[in-house]
Amino acid sequence: MGVEEKLPSGVLLTTLENLFGYMRSAAFWPATFGLACCAIEMMTYGAPRYDSGRWGQEVFRASPRQADLMIVAGRVSQKMAPVLRQIYDQMPNPKWVLAMGVCASTGGMFNNYAIVQGVDHVVPVDMYLPGCPPRPEMLIDAMFKLREKVRNTPIGINAIEAAQEQEQQQLEAPTLVEQKGLLR
Amino acid sequence: MSTTDTTDEATEQDPFAAGGDAAEGHVYTVTGQDWDSLVSEQAERGDERIVVNMGPQHPSTHGVLRLILELEGESVTEARCGIGYLHTGIEKNMEFRNWTQGVTFCTRMDYLAPLHNETTYCLGVERLLDIEAEIPEKANVLRVLMLELNRISSHLVCIATGGMEIGALTVMTIGFREREKVLDAFELITGLRMNHAYIRPGGVAQDLPDKALDFVKDLVVWMKKHLPEYAAFCNENPVFKARLSGVGHLDLAGCLALGITGPPLRATGYDWDLRKKQPYCGYESYDFEVQTWDTMDAYGRFRIRLNEMWQSLKIIEQCVERLEKMRGEPIMIADKKIAWPAQLSIGSDGMGNSNEYIKHIMGQSMEALIHHFKLVTEGFRVPPGQAYVPIESPRGELGAHVVSDGGTRPFRAHFRDPSFTNLQAMPVMCEGAMVSDVVVAVASLDPVMGGVDR
Amino acid sequence: MSEDKRPKPVEGRDEDASTGSAHIHEESDEKAPITGAEPEGESEPDAGTKPESLTGEAPSVDSGATEAEEDEAQLATTEPTAEVLQVRRGMFGVKGSGDTSGYGGLTRVVEFPAAATPPFGGWWDQVYDRIGALIPDFSDVITKVVIHRGEITFHVERRHLPTLVQHLRDDARLRFEFCSSVSGVHYPTDKGAELHAVYHLQSMTHNRRIRLEVSAPDSDPHIPSVVATYPTADWHERETYDMFGIVFDGHPALTRILMPDDWPGYPQRKDYPLGGIPVEYKGATIPPPDQRRSYS
Repeated sequence: MGVEEKLPSGVLLTTLENLFGYMRSAAFWPATFGLACCAIEMMTYGAPRYDSGRWGQEVFRASPRQADLMIVAGRVSQKMAPVLRQIYDQMPNPKWVLAMGVCASTGGMFNNYAIVQGVDHVVPVDMYLPGCPPRPEMLIDAMFKLREKVRNTPIGINAIEAAQEQEQQQLEAPTLVEQKGLLR
Repeated sequence: MSTTDTTDEATEQDPFAAGGDAAEGHVYTVTGQDWDSLVSEQAERGDERIVVNMGPQHPSTHGVLRLILELEGESVTEARCGIGYLHTGIEKNMEFRNWTQGVTFCTRMDYLAPLHNETTYCLGVERLLDIEAEIPEKANVLRVLMLELNRISSHLVCIATGGMEIGALTVMTIGFREREKVLDAFELITGLRMNHAYIRPGGVAQDLPDKALDFVKDLVVWMKKHLPEYAAFCNENPVFKARLSGVGHLDLAGCLALGITGPPLRATGYDWDLRKKQPYCGYESYDFEVQTWDTMDAYGRFRIRLNEMWQSLKIIEQCVERLEKMRGEPIMIADKKIAWPAQLSIGSDGMGNSNEYIKHIMGQSMEALIHHFKLVTEGFRVPPGQAYVPIESPRGELGAHVVSDGGTRPFRAHFRDPSFTNLQAMPVMCEGAMVSDVVVAVASLDPVMGGVDR
Repeated sequence: MSEDKRPKPVEGRDEDASTGSAHIHEESDEKAPITGAEPEGESEPDAGTKPESLTGEAPSVDSGATEAEEDEAQLATTEPTAEVLQVRRGMFGVKGSGDTSGYGGLTRVVEFPAAATPPFGGWWDQVYDRIGALIPDFSDVITKVVIHRGEITFHVERRHLPTLVQHLRDDARLRFEFCSSVSGVHYPTDKGAELHAVYHLQSMTHNRRIRLEVSAPDSDPHIPSVVATYPTADWHERETYDMFGIVFDGHPALTRILMPDDWPGYPQRKDYPLGGIPVEYKGATIPPPDQRRSYS
């Protein structure tokens, strides 16, 4: 019908978006940002049983310059927040952030003066993973979901439009407190 | 990557500098491929002092520890620790929770030995409650079992990460492989892999499931088969010995002055172990030996940790033997006004109180219902006073200074964490050594930043 | 009331001590009248493996007045190392009229364990007498001795602390060569001595543990440092300074250690809020722990 039917074998058609997504999601290189107990579960995620090397992620880069995924594993204290931001800024684009554990997602059980109540106060987060600490299987699940998200990331004009649309949605969306009557 | 991060030229702002960072003297920002210019610039200036920040984010500093090193070439002339990057305010948080809920908070301090945190806190609370003599025998044996399993898992992490930091990556993979087995045992007995909140004032939270003892026996067999691998990898390995022997030297006087306990103290040859000297939880009835070494260096501490794992296995076998004979015995104190009431089980709709227990409190015993309600909502009251019951955690003396004002909440719970105190020895061990020795010395102290910063 | 300084609402503190915990308060339940003060301090000799301690008579049994005014007078005139911690009135946070349950009239005095008088029993006397032999006028130095649950606490006058610890470490019969920890405690109701620093000392030679407690008022939060004798106290004192604001005179480098260097305030004091934020759920918010209702 279209030109696809008439192509000789050995030629593949795809979109740049598809290709970028495929490449970027293939092997994240996590930056070591293990802070507390979640860091231990992140280490077991890299360890033999829950081998993250299956997806190319056993290479935990110490230098943020060489990493593209920052797994914030653990509670971020007020003293550590500027360091977190600095490491995030040092990562080159494209970069993603996975908030591992409740302390990184929302401050967790430590609702007090010393802990930043969610790293999204400091860096933009792409995936939140609850748990205290989340099992390595949960981290694997979060990774898979993040990979799906990265796989389908729009580029170019699509990205600009998607960002604008997301911003519009978030401006219009009701806050959590206003969403009443859900228990009925 | 270690960079100095303060202002570049006198008038230029370094984009990486945190606001308010005081800059003393000339600072170099290294971005790569500019080693020659850096060296020539420094030679022109003629001052030799370079302060390097092994910053909070670093693969080899055992967590969020900031090491501020003044270097002369490769040698460290001055070293300081910057801590507080993981300060969570756990102690203050505990002042707003019940005594029993405090267990869930303190367990997250030293996150590699959570059961040890819980135990020292519970022992302090029990001393204030004056129920130390009424803790059931089975609860004590279970506590010892969990404490020793935790000791093994903690030492495995220390050895694994220590190996990783010096480049022995296989030690890391086998360490975590063994640790997974221990975590499976924890999951079977307490329900969680880490941060268990299992040891509560009055006893332990849940009884052993049916297959637990067989599992632990299999675990012991597995460990005995695989622990020699670590010895085979490391003990006589020339590179390992060269990296660790003579590094991080700290003699007995230094240890006592600096308040060091645990493997670094026992590496000086002094057999100080609170399990033997000031026993708790029935440790005096177990047969094990305190491991010492006499080289006062990182290698000695490593050998001690390996040997302590073998001794822990010995204690675990004795615990299992005792537990076989204790089936059906209570695991919580008999006094219903303190004993944690909930009996959890998995039902058709998830986890909750078991059906028998619900029938009991709703149908059979009014007092049980009242106790359950009062204990879960308000908690028990602890008579005023203060107590300090230290235990031997894998890192040293861990003690909880518990102050009560007669209420249902801790008035003050301060934890004397071994890592906090042991890290004070870092400058003593590192000044005069090389940068690579700093990494090894800190790893041999085995600091866990959760305990350091709390 | 001094209780207002607590970050929690005052009514939360006016909660009845559990009368049902007969196991804990065995003796006091029998001795105390129903509507009177129920002393919760130690008033019986210690049982257990520790040396027998002959604690002094808990004065609270008689002096724990049933009248509120007497309680307040007692609070007002006690010395800095007061035994009365607080007076709890009423139950369930009820105050004023309208409470017909009768629980509103309950008054309970909460006190710390009473001071002990020598002889204490066992090695405690050896330590005490040896200190007496080394420091001639040591009733100035050690203002109170408390023995509770088999642990001995010496309340020390702050300016004599360095000499005392020097002797404790160096004398062969004392030889408390190991300082386990230095912790701070803030008692806002203990007027004139709100900030306490608690030192845990251990003698490895003799396998003994003691505790020293030093207090300082809010208006003058200075305590001499023991770093010269116990270098291990370095970071512990820095942490106590950071969290409570107790300035240790003579410390080599007293700076903040856990909080950022420019943090205002001293977080673990009782008048410092926990600092949490309300947690948003769909349709409701839950306030942080220090602002929730509490029944105790």
